Amino acid sequence: MSIGAPMKRKEDPRMITGRGRYTDNIALPGMLHAAIVRSPEAHAAIVSMDTSAARERPGVVAVLTGEEMASDFAGPLAMVWAPPGVEIKTPEHWPLKRGQVKHVGDPVAVVVAASRGVAVDAAEDVVVEYDPKPAVVDPEAALEDGAPLVWEEFGTNQTHEWAVGGGDIEAALAEADVTVEHRFVNHRTSGAPIEPRCSIAEPRGDGVTLYSTTQIPHITRFVLGGMLGIPEDKLRVIAPDVGGGFGAKLQVYAEEALMVALARRLGRPVKWTETRSEHMTTSHHGRDQINYVTLGAKRDGTVTGCRARIIADLGAYQQLLTPFIPTLGFPVMGGCYRFPAIDLHFTGVFTNKMCTDAIRGAGRPEATYWIELMMDRLADELGMDRLELRRKNFIPKEEFPFETALGIVYDSGDYHGTLDRLLETFDLEEFRREQASLRAQGKLRGVGISTYVEVCGLAPSRAVGPQGVGLQAAFYESANVRVTPTGSVTVFSGASPHGQGLDTSFAQIAGELLGVDPENVQVLHGDTDQGAWGWGTYGSRSLAVGGEAVARASRKVQEKAKRICAALLEAAPEDIELAEGAFRVKGSPDKSMSMAEIAGAAHIPPNELPADIEPGLEESSFYDPENFVFPFGAHACVVEVDPETGKVEVVRYVAVDDCGPAINPMLIDGQVHGGIVHAIGQALYEQVVYDEEGQLVTGTFVDYALPTAAELPGFETDRTVTPSPVNSLGVKGIGEAGTIAATPAVAAAVLDALEPLGVKDLDMPFTPMRVWQAIEEAKGRGDGPRPSEQGRPLGEHGASGSGPASPAEGGGA
Amino acid sequence: MTATVGISAVVNGETRESQVEPRTLLVHWLRDELGLTGTHVGCDTTNCGACTVHLDGEAVKSCTVLAVQADGREVTTIEGLGSAGALHPLQEAFREKHGLQCGFCTPGMIMAAAELLERNPSPSDEEIRHGLEGNLCRCTGYHNIVEAVKAAAAQGVRA
Repeated sequence: MSIGAPMKRKEDPRMITGRGRYTDNIALPGMLHAAIVRSPEAHAAIVSMDTSAARERPGVVAVLTGEEMASDFAGPLAMVWAPPGVEIKTPEHWPLKRGQVKHVGDPVAVVVAASRGVAVDAAEDVVVEYDPKPAVVDPEAALEDGAPLVWEEFGTNQTHEWAVGGGDIEAALAEADVTVEHRFVNHRTSGAPIEPRCSIAEPRGDGVTLYSTTQIPHITRFVLGGMLGIPEDKLRVIAPDVGGGFGAKLQVYAEEALMVALARRLGRPVKWTETRSEHMTTSHHGRDQINYVTLGAKRDGTVTGCRARIIADLGAYQQLLTPFIPTLGFPVMGGCYRFPAIDLHFTGVFTNKMCTDAIRGAGRPEATYWIELMMDRLADELGMDRLELRRKNFIPKEEFPFETALGIVYDSGDYHGTLDRLLETFDLEEFRREQASLRAQGKLRGVGISTYVEVCGLAPSRAVGPQGVGLQAAFYESANVRVTPTGSVTVFSGASPHGQGLDTSFAQIAGELLGVDPENVQVLHGDTDQGAWGWGTYGSRSLAVGGEAVARASRKVQEKAKRICAALLEAAPEDIELAEGAFRVKGSPDKSMSMAEIAGAAHIPPNELPADIEPGLEESSFYDPENFVFPFGAHACVVEVDPETGKVEVVRYVAVDDCGPAINPMLIDGQVHGGIVHAIGQALYEQVVYDEEGQLVTGTFVDYALPTAAELPGFETDRTVTPSPVNSLGVKGIGEAGTIAATPAVAAAVLDALEPLGVKDLDMPFTPMRVWQAIEEAKGRGDGPRPSEQGRPLGEHGASGSGPASPAEGGGA
Repeated sequence: MTATVGISAVVNGETRESQVEPRTLLVHWLRDELGLTGTHVGCDTTNCGACTVHLDGEAVKSCTVLAVQADGREVTTIEGLGSAGALHPLQEAFREKHGLQCGFCTPGMIMAAAELLERNPSPSDEEIRHGLEGNLCRCTGYHNIVEAVKAAAAQGVRA
């Protein structure tokens, strides 16, 4: 059950029996509970705060305002992108606000009490007087002259501009026979892991231990240490079992800093657990871009160039990666295609909303959405088959590694291969026949096909670090592989999984390379006091970077084991092979040792080893990849639209992905399924909506609709295998691929279903109301007063941030 | 402090007695007082189902039941569904079919599925999907959860 096997997960036994150790399950002796007082205003000055009633409530231990805690923090929350030559406006962002609030949910005070109930009651006793100011919620309106300013000191709501390109875009568009232009909206979404955030800080001697629901324990220690003036040896961060992240826990949050500060002040453990409404309000959001795209092509379908102007709504502050996330999509803004010229321009915008940051896919779903829908539009304009247009522009597999116009080197690919495989399973011609007969019965069925490439395996440090794109970070990953005297193995990884199953897949890698049953390999992570520094889990990096580190450390151990084995069997080290789970002399399979025997010799007694071999059996690797990896695939989605209600149902979904060779195919399927549903959620149901005053309308799961089992079909998944040359395992990430591929497939399917009604433009999410309105409008019956959606009048620009204005708006080819 | 009320309930086969504030939710009593942390809280609005337990054999969302409402009744949580030596078929099937990733929704999902199979021992895919409509999972896309429930149904469910 080593590499390639669908090994059952080592994580599961505790989780299926209710014995998972999630942060909120931890109760420490003497633990206090915190509740946070938050702004109900989107933009206001704090006139006064009265905490006296809260302090008097029995059971309350402390009530602290931003002013009162100012001296607790040596520095503000971190933002780590400093692109060379570009200034990013970055306001000071303190855990508790002083003087002003900039979005609903901005924290202004914290209450600590003996129980959570008392803390919540006392938080309601805190009286805060606000002087409201005008709020701005639409990013395009925010860029207009005279718009209310989120930060007056900057004199503008524009945070920064960043551009990248390659090839001569002006010439490319001039030589095009056909150009298509369109405005796309990638609306704001929430990560919404089912586990809310939770942080517990525990004073320990002269230090503090922070238990937190995080994807990045080591980064969190580094950032909090700086913020709070705590040396790293005095601050331990532990990510226990983490109940999903999806990027929402790739952050260093105000509440984490607050809990550490409170534990230091009060000398007792302090716990804060997010309510779901707090999650919707103050865990960072994702997406929220408007994309203006131009694509030019020759009459034969050869694309000459692509230009995109990307307006990114960043919210009110800059969190860890806030301004960088739109840019993270740029390496694949040419899709699977040989575009000779690409020109990209990004504008970041402040609004009075929660910050955006990384949510599953992080910049790449947004990009793939408009790339794929633009290819459909271009094909329609040319009167060409949509897949034929793609095939005409695909980078052929012989040309990999392929350097794109943006200077990005795609490592390997076979885009025709995944599309061919998709069409073997999904008979497009048969579907078209079925569609025609259903249309004759008044039924609206449509198909959308997306072909995607994604960039992941974050990241080659030289490409994205200070000398590259400008993140003040590196992105190698660490692994330490330790064999115990009896031949069990412990792997310490700097990755920090939260559902990906790395305890299993990393055990398979180490087991294979060490001749040990993966059941006897334990994988430890998520504790800054164990193992080396690590960069955490996000960006579909854990296998391609962290797994490769495990492989490299394991091979070092294997080499040493061979030397020990050779010495004991009186053979040359180069004559020892690891085969069938044993270290044996080549050509003399009867002369062999198990890892347990070698490990025993390595530890007890060491004097049996030759003098040039140190005792012990443990090695480390810090692996920094030379390039990203580029998984790819082709997805087909079939939807049916109810013309009477506008309800969209996904009736079939076929996915063919290529992430290189499988370590555990069962885990790959699981990641693809979940990724697809995340995208279906965005396409059909989920949207973070703020009203014109900046009030959050979607503050609970009642208003923010995650997909349920009842809305979804089963999935048909398949894979092709094109190894990556970047790492020794040949692997590519697969955690985000489904989310990247599926939004354009769903959107194209909805538009295809609506095609007979003349609906050509419609932005996500395709809620029944929005689809029904588009149908009515296309029928010419939509002229009367239009109902509002979630408190927001339709057809007016600027009411909801980046929600679409109307189906009729948005350029068009 | 608020006045408390005495309650007594049979939890996972064992009689448990407590003094609780009347506003205490069943899920908080289970987690904070009894230490049964397998039952999770995910949303506060009865949408996510992570807190699903059985109350007198019926699946309920324990964030929407007061602890005092459990007085005199039987509660089964994920910890009481099976044991390490004798897992419930659903627990085995969730592992076999990779019906969980982060595991946070899993206890509630399994408890909801267990009651579904009690009511309907051989459900169709559609019946499973509708039966689990009140339980949210963000990781799996539900595909393998449905497969797990089908596999458990095929084996037959122990009472």
